Amino acid sequence: MRGRFALLTLSIALIAALAVGTALGSAGIGPRGVLAVLIDRLTPLPPPWHVERWQETVVMDLRLPRVVGGALVGAALALAGALFQSLLRNPLADPYVIGTSAGAALGATISLIFPLRLSLWGFGAISMAAFAGALLAVLLVYNLARMAGEASVVALLLAGLAVSSILAAAMVLLLVTVGELQVRLPQLFTFLMGGITVNRWAQLALVAGLLGLGLIAALALSPYLNAFALGEEGAAALGVEVERTKATILALGSLLTAAAVTVGGLIGFVGLMVPHAVRLVLGADARLLLPSAALAGASFLVLADLGARTLLAPGEIPVGVITGLVGGPFFLYLLRRYQRGYAL
Amino acid sequence: MRAVLELEHVSFGYRRGRCVLQNVSLQVASGEVLALVGPNGVGKTTLLRLMAGLRRPWEGQLLLMGRDMALMSRREVARMVAVVPQEVHMPFPFTVRQVVELGRIPYVKPFALGGGYRDRTAVERALALLGLEELAHRPFVELSGGERRRVIIAMALAQEPQLLLLDEPTAHLDIGHQVEVMGLLLRLAHQGLAVVAALHDLNLAFQFAHRVALLHRGRLLGQGPPGEVLRPHLISEVYGVPLRLLRQDGHQVLVWDAPYDVPRQ
Repeated sequence: MRGRFALLTLSIALIAALAVGTALGSAGIGPRGVLAVLIDRLTPLPPPWHVERWQETVVMDLRLPRVVGGALVGAALALAGALFQSLLRNPLADPYVIGTSAGAALGATISLIFPLRLSLWGFGAISMAAFAGALLAVLLVYNLARMAGEASVVALLLAGLAVSSILAAAMVLLLVTVGELQVRLPQLFTFLMGGITVNRWAQLALVAGLLGLGLIAALALSPYLNAFALGEEGAAALGVEVERTKATILALGSLLTAAAVTVGGLIGFVGLMVPHAVRLVLGADARLLLPSAALAGASFLVLADLGARTLLAPGEIPVGVITGLVGGPFFLYLLRRYQRGYAL
Repeated sequence: MRAVLELEHVSFGYRRGRCVLQNVSLQVASGEVLALVGPNGVGKTTLLRLMAGLRRPWEGQLLLMGRDMALMSRREVARMVAVVPQEVHMPFPFTVRQVVELGRIPYVKPFALGGGYRDRTAVERALALLGLEELAHRPFVELSGGERRRVIIAMALAQEPQLLLLDEPTAHLDIGHQVEVMGLLLRLAHQGLAVVAALHDLNLAFQFAHRVALLHRGRLLGQGPPGEVLRPHLISEVYGVPLRLLRQDGHQVLVWDAPYDVPRQ
């Protein structure tokens, strides 16, 4: 009952965020013009007002993909964060905790050394390298943490930390030794600070597909995820095949994170904060937490990205700066208000 | 009374060459409370883990309702055996009802997230049996130690098990709550459950257990009614301190048999 109301409210909030995000922007086209373009292109009706050709381009090829991209990235990061926090029983866990961010960053750096003009479904070389780097790092962490067929939570967290610092050090080493990188630093900086870049709709279709499958799988796994709150032995006592379930959830969260990174770079804080904010208000039950976090993460990042592209228009602020600056205080407010029942 | 769990010549250790349990044979029947006793570190918790199917024995086998446990899935075992661990820490703000609902996980069907009628009645019954209705919406982390213990027992009962395993269910509880928990276990056994509890307090074992299994250095030294197994000279040797059995009004109480008055300051 409460759950359905929450999901409905969050869905309405997401639709509102998408609408606001599409309606506002730096280019000289107001909500009225956007509405006309949308009616023209998405419904069989004729546009109610005259729209210029360039306005259509702005809405359909720039603004709408970016807004949808923000929603997908926000949902994927928040979902991955919620999965990892519950699985690892750790409030400090975020989508990057088991090495994805460092792997993605190193992958992106390496791709910048070689001036390859690769592109696949709109994903550039930097995105593909980041995707591969993130997944390779997780594989490395998982295998390092595994002893006698078991990867304990503590081992995963420690291996994640160790591998992350090794990969981060390797990245800095590349930056200071490879001359070619110096000129491409701004590109790398954009990636590291996070920023939604969408080149083609095909990218979004791919990420949306992954996110959809991820959401379905996450919902199917949500009861077992709850069992992990009792610890691994407690989960086993409730009939959960612990190692298999853990590997599945880790793979799922890592894929979601890697997919998000290809479109948004390394956006911090969303995956840590949104699941907490949702948990503080709606409780810890993963069956409600996972879909709620995905919806809230989507809305949050759409609005944060709106700020990123409009606050200093025509310049842009990295969206990671907005998520930290706005999200941090909001999160602290929630924490102080709903502290009850939270064992930190 | 039928045997719910039979252990046949079970040996086990965590590391190669270091045997924790040796050749343990034991039966647990429905309707009885079996107390596992023995000094710290003799393998009581390990034995409970084996009984719950959380570890596989090196040698010997465990029969759960007549079936070889090694051939059963985790889920199948969890529908028959429930475990109440000594301490439970919840990292996130689950409510009491949500914790009890965890007990239905062995019955979860994909995407039936709210659970069915049977799940809801099992949870309600468990909450009622432990008198937790009033607390159902409270966050688990806010409860006292005794209340938490009751919630975890309710979770275990929501599993609708045949066998209930408890690791020191009375640890850190005052005497009132100790008696309350042990009385509950007796009632559950009376309703047909098989109950195994690792206990430190031998007097609770005397008063509440139908049978006692005494473990020492990984071996089973004896099993049977408390009065037969917990003979003063045997347990004095096992625990390494002189103990004496006092009898009064049909009760038997073990006390330290002080050879002299202990000077107190």
